Amino acid sequence: MKTDHYEARFAGVGGQGVILAGKILAYGMVSFEECRAIETPTYTAQVRGGATKVDVVIDKNHIEYPRTENLDFFLCLHQKSFNIYFKEIKSDAIVVVDPNLTPSIPEKITQKLVLVDLIDIAKKQMGKTLYAAVIAVGIFAGMTKVIKESNIQKAVLDKAPKGTEIENLKAVKLGLELGKKALRSKDAIVKLTVEDAFIPPNADK
Amino acid sequence: MAFEYEKYLRMDKIPHLWCPGCGIGVVLKAMLRSVENMGWDKNDIAFVSGIGCTSRAPGYIDCNTLHTTHGRALSFATGIKLAQPAKHVVVFSGDGDATAIGGNHFIHACRRNIDITLVVVNNNTYGMTGGQHSPTTPIGYKASTTIYGNIDPTFDICLLAKAAGASYVARATVNKGKMLEKYITKGFEHKGFSVIVATANCHTQFGRKNKMSDPISARKWIESREIPIDKARNMKALELNDKIITGEFISEEPEQTYWENYNHPIHEYTEAYQRIREKAQAQDKH
Amino acid sequence: MKKSVRFYSGAELVGKAAIDAGCRFFGGYPITPSSEIAEYMSVEMPKVNGTYIQMEDEIGAMGSIIGASLTGAKVLTATSGPGFSLKQENIGYAYMAEVPCVICNVMRGGPSTGLPTALAQADIMQAKWGTHGDHPVIALTPAYLEEIYELTIKAFNFAEIYRMPIMLLLDEVIAHLSAAIELPKKEMLVIKDRRKPTVPPEKYFPYDTAYGDVPPMANFFEGYRYHVTGLSHDKTGFPTTDPDLVQADQERHLRKVKANINNIIDYEYYQMKDAEVIVFAYGSTARAARVAVDNARKLGIKVGMMRFRVIWPLPETEILKLCSKAKAIIIPEMNMGQLSDVIERYAADRTKILRINHVGGVPIHPTDICNVIKEAI
Repeated sequence: MKTDHYEARFAGVGGQGVILAGKILAYGMVSFEECRAIETPTYTAQVRGGATKVDVVIDKNHIEYPRTENLDFFLCLHQKSFNIYFKEIKSDAIVVVDPNLTPSIPEKITQKLVLVDLIDIAKKQMGKTLYAAVIAVGIFAGMTKVIKESNIQKAVLDKAPKGTEIENLKAVKLGLELGKKALRSKDAIVKLTVEDAFIPPNADK
Repeated sequence: MAFEYEKYLRMDKIPHLWCPGCGIGVVLKAMLRSVENMGWDKNDIAFVSGIGCTSRAPGYIDCNTLHTTHGRALSFATGIKLAQPAKHVVVFSGDGDATAIGGNHFIHACRRNIDITLVVVNNNTYGMTGGQHSPTTPIGYKASTTIYGNIDPTFDICLLAKAAGASYVARATVNKGKMLEKYITKGFEHKGFSVIVATANCHTQFGRKNKMSDPISARKWIESREIPIDKARNMKALELNDKIITGEFISEEPEQTYWENYNHPIHEYTEAYQRIREKAQAQDKH
Repeated sequence: MKKSVRFYSGAELVGKAAIDAGCRFFGGYPITPSSEIAEYMSVEMPKVNGTYIQMEDEIGAMGSIIGASLTGAKVLTATSGPGFSLKQENIGYAYMAEVPCVICNVMRGGPSTGLPTALAQADIMQAKWGTHGDHPVIALTPAYLEEIYELTIKAFNFAEIYRMPIMLLLDEVIAHLSAAIELPKKEMLVIKDRRKPTVPPEKYFPYDTAYGDVPPMANFFEGYRYHVTGLSHDKTGFPTTDPDLVQADQERHLRKVKANINNIIDYEYYQMKDAEVIVFAYGSTARAARVAVDNARKLGIKVGMMRFRVIWPLPETEILKLCSKAKAIIIPEMNMGQLSDVIERYAADRTKILRINHVGGVPIHPTDICNVIKEAI
């Protein structure tokens, strides 16, 4: 990791798997990047269908204050949770949303905005929407470079349920390519659709 | 040969605090005889109670004895039994203790069918605190808190226990010590949660307010209302109003094949939990 | 090179530490935000031949652990504010009958149902005065995951050493965050067990002060056949109303903690050498306070922190000394000043007490504390 301190938030509604995205990232940072990480899921009475998020605080050193203060990265898969959790975000942070589920974004957004049809991509490329969370982790790694590509792949493999390794690896790779594409783009608002979601043959090189 | 109660009593704690002629003494005797019938070692028995006249009984018994908070005896007893399933746990409770403040513990101990024997001495009142009305004070009767006549309907403790899942339930009155002894012994033998209700007189509190202030008249009142369960089965509900039905309400041994047939409603709780331990440990190895 | 990484949440660490301390009985009842501890115990207890039971209510859960403890088991229950209130009568019983047990309270806002899912430090006073009558209190307030493990084990040791209920107070921040932590090796742990009688049953008295203020405790079913009651009792365990005996017994109960206070108090100084302003903090609030102290130091402010790992009993001597010397004492708490009220009494007029009281369910931010530090000088 290039910076000493990094804060990321993955938000959505219960059942989308965003909590898993945070767990994978925290695990990857600690296991493969010589970092400390604290992962705090939302804690509400609602589980399915309610606004949910996970905050991951990453630091090269001991983390004293365990909560987020200035988010570097915010990924959101639902308007409900965008309205609640779009706060504490740095002015130059990266904001990733699925525009089909999060149509209403503030007009004067200062952050780099990435609109990615994440659920659509998961459905069409992976066959199941539940891979959206793992694709999201890939987007995070591809865009931020906080965690090496090889390391996020290892983390996904370690956390994937047995028998789903191939699919999950494909999902994270899809995410990595989407993330890198967003990073390369000079546009203020980057749009990524299912057409952008593919793994080039030399992706592992 | 006379029964040696001294063998089971802490004689240095006698005289007891109960009133002369109190029904609790009869129940205590029946219980000690039942211990003798079982041949249990005193070291292996825990007598647990809550608060009230009845709940003072364990203090006089030379076993492991625990006098807990009001209504909570069954929860303490559940902890003891689960921690030491091979030992014998007996709870001694009153009608107020077991069915009012302890009502929740009562129905859930029944539901779990944990191998504990509960003896409820039902004297229709809170004796120790001065004769207030309890969940078993009959309608129309007087208590220190119902001087105009009680309007609170009563629980039938046996039917409540049976409905909640207890697998041995019986009732006898203190007029029939031998019958009480038989049922308590059966409760001890029974694998599962047993409830034995002993209908007893409290002439001092309940009796005094209802024109039966001596032990004889109070026990006669009980006797006049007793109906054996076989006879009761052929009677109409209205005829049974105000009656004390005695006998065995349910006596079902737990199904040994519980684990294979897990839908079977009757299993003993500590045995079932042992299966959980085995299952957890097998998965852990895996 | 891949490290062996295991993430633990604070709730899991309470359970893990309990088991490592020898806990073999958990009686609980679901309540937010402590249920994760019960869930962990329901999985782990049967693996170690222990027992997990979900009782019918909070009162029953407390009763069940007291019963199990009397048979010799180390026992735990976990709850939150409303459940803690319900348990209080039986907690008093455990004080009176001197039954070792640990009660973990993951605090939430109150009174009544309050804020079930948000964080608070609302039960600092309930831990001290929740049950009726006078009694000794030991309550621990960990701030870090490693410390949850360490202090949970310590709580079990205190319970065994002093034969009394011990309060382990967590807040939602540290109960639910997860991080990879390194646990001490099992052989490094110091585990204490209750002192058992060495005399034969006929010479045993359960509350025999001949052995000091903490009498040896026999297990049920091991031949001692003694009596336990919540009534005031003499050394035999049987009820007494003798004023002298009752008075002496109450004094002995309090003495268990008072006479051993130096073995119980547990606090940490941070940047205290030249500190003129001092922050008193505990639990997760202390983490924000520590950041605030660092930030204020960068501004050249001489500020330090005293952090309580054990909140009851307080280190009175040290607090009194600091009250005489500090320009100001700042106390951030996620309640309306439950510790502040106590410290104010120590301080009298010798120093000013500045309170930061948040009860809205969101954490106190380092900036909130830093601003007050700046005001204090």
